Amino acid sequence: MSSLRSITLATLTKDIRLEWRSKDALNAMLFFSLLVVVIFSFSFDPNAEESRQIAGGLIWVAFLFAAVVALNQTWARELRNQVLDAYRVSPAPPTALFLAKALGNFILVSLLEGLMGPLFIIFYNLRALGPAWQLIPVALLGTWALVVNGTFFAAMSLRTRSREIMLPLLLFPISIPAVQSMVEATRIILAGDGSARFWIVLLLTYDVVFTTACLALFETVLQAE
Amino acid sequence: MKRAFPILAVITAALLVYAFYEAIWVAPMERTMGDVQRIFYYHVPSAWTAFLLFTVNLVASVIYLIWRNAKADALAVVSAEVGVVFCTVVLVTGPIWARPVWGIWWTWDVRLTTTLVLWLIYVSYLVLRRFSDSSQTPKLAAVLAIFGALDVPLVYFSIWFFRTQHPQPVIGGGGSIDPRMFHVLLINWLAFSCFAFLVCWSRYRLEWLHREVEEAQAIESLHGDVLPAPQVSIPLSNASKPAGS
Repeated sequence: MSSLRSITLATLTKDIRLEWRSKDALNAMLFFSLLVVVIFSFSFDPNAEESRQIAGGLIWVAFLFAAVVALNQTWARELRNQVLDAYRVSPAPPTALFLAKALGNFILVSLLEGLMGPLFIIFYNLRALGPAWQLIPVALLGTWALVVNGTFFAAMSLRTRSREIMLPLLLFPISIPAVQSMVEATRIILAGDGSARFWIVLLLTYDVVFTTACLALFETVLQAE
Repeated sequence: MKRAFPILAVITAALLVYAFYEAIWVAPMERTMGDVQRIFYYHVPSAWTAFLLFTVNLVASVIYLIWRNAKADALAVVSAEVGVVFCTVVLVTGPIWARPVWGIWWTWDVRLTTTLVLWLIYVSYLVLRRFSDSSQTPKLAAVLAIFGALDVPLVYFSIWFFRTQHPQPVIGGGGSIDPRMFHVLLINWLAFSCFAFLVCWSRYRLEWLHREVEEAQAIESLHGDVLPAPQVSIPLSNASKPAGS
C-alpha cells in the first residue's frame, strides 16, 4: 500500500513538474476553451435567462473538448525513450501509474476550470439562482468522470493508428451519461429549478463504476503491446 | 457442417418469406395506426436480435479476457458487426413509423436514446478494431466492450430520470397486444434470428479464413527474411565443392 502511494506520488510530481516547466498542455487548453467561449457567444448571443439554460451545456462541452488536448498528451511523453516499456517491466503496480496519470490530468483540468469559470461568468453574465456551492461537487465529480476514462482510453488508443483522433471517438460515447449529468446539474443549479441531487448521485455512481473498471482493467491495457 | 449451411440458408429464406406473408397479409390491421403499424414486425425483431448479438459480444469479450480464446474473439467481432447492422435497422425503421404516428421523426425518449447510445458505443468498438492493427487489438476491444456494457445502464437511468421530469410521447408498448399479432411477431423474430445466425456464421468463417491467410503470410514473410542468408552461403559451398573434389 505504501509503495502504491509513493510510486503514485513520485509519478504525479514528475508529471506536474514537467507540465509546470513547459506549460504546453495548460496553455493549449486555456486558449482552446477561450476560443470555444467566444465562438459560442457569437453563435447564440443569449439574454440572461437563456444563458442560464444553455450555459451548463456550453461550459461542459468546452471543457470536454479542452480536456481531450491534455488527455492526448498523457502517454505520448512516455513513449519517447521507451519509458512506457520500462514501466511495463518494472515491478511497480500498474494501478499506481494509472492513478498518477489520472490525478495529474484531474489537477490540470481542474486548474483550467478554475481559470475559465470566472471568464464564463463574465461573458454570459451568469448568476446562480439555486445553491451555487453545489457547483463544486458537480465540477469535481464531473472532471474526475471525464479524466478517469479519458486517461484510460488515451492508454488504449496508444496502440492505434492516428491515435489523436481515436481518443475522442472512444471517449465521447462512453461519457454521454456523465456529460448529461454535469450539464443537467449545472443547468438546474443556475436556473434554480428543483434539486440537482439525482444528477450528483448519478455522477458519483459513474465515477465509482468506471474508476473500479479502469483500475481492474488497466494492467491488461498496459501490457498490450 | 458444410452441408448444414445451405440447408439452413434455405430454411431461413423460407421462414423470411413466410414471416413477410404473415406480417403483410395475415396479421390484423391495427385500428388507429393502420398499415404503418406493420413496420413493428421488422422493428421489434431487429431490436431483439441486435440486443441478443450485443449480449453475445459481451460474453465473448469476457471469455476472451479470461481464457484468451481466439474463437471467442472472432465471435466478438462477428456479433458486434452484425449487431450494429440490426441496430441500424431499428434506428431507421423507428423514425419511419414515428413520423406518421407521433408526428415527429425522433424524440429523446428512454428507449430511443439508449438504443442510439448503444449503437454509438458499438460503432466506436468497430472503429477501434479497424484502426488498431496490432496483435493486441482483441484485448483492447474486449476491454471496450466491457466499458460499453457498464455504460448502458447509466445511460438508461439518466434518460429515464430526465424524461420522466419532462413528459414526452410514450411508446405504446406496455399495453395489451392481439394474440395473432404476437404470433406474427414471434415468427418474424424467429426468421430474423435465423437470418442473423446465418450471416454471423458466414462472417465467422470469413473472419477465420482471413486470420489463417494472415498467419500464413506472416510465416511466409518470416521465412522470406530468413532464407536469403543460407541462399548466399549455398552457392559458395557449391562453388567450393567442385574445387575441393
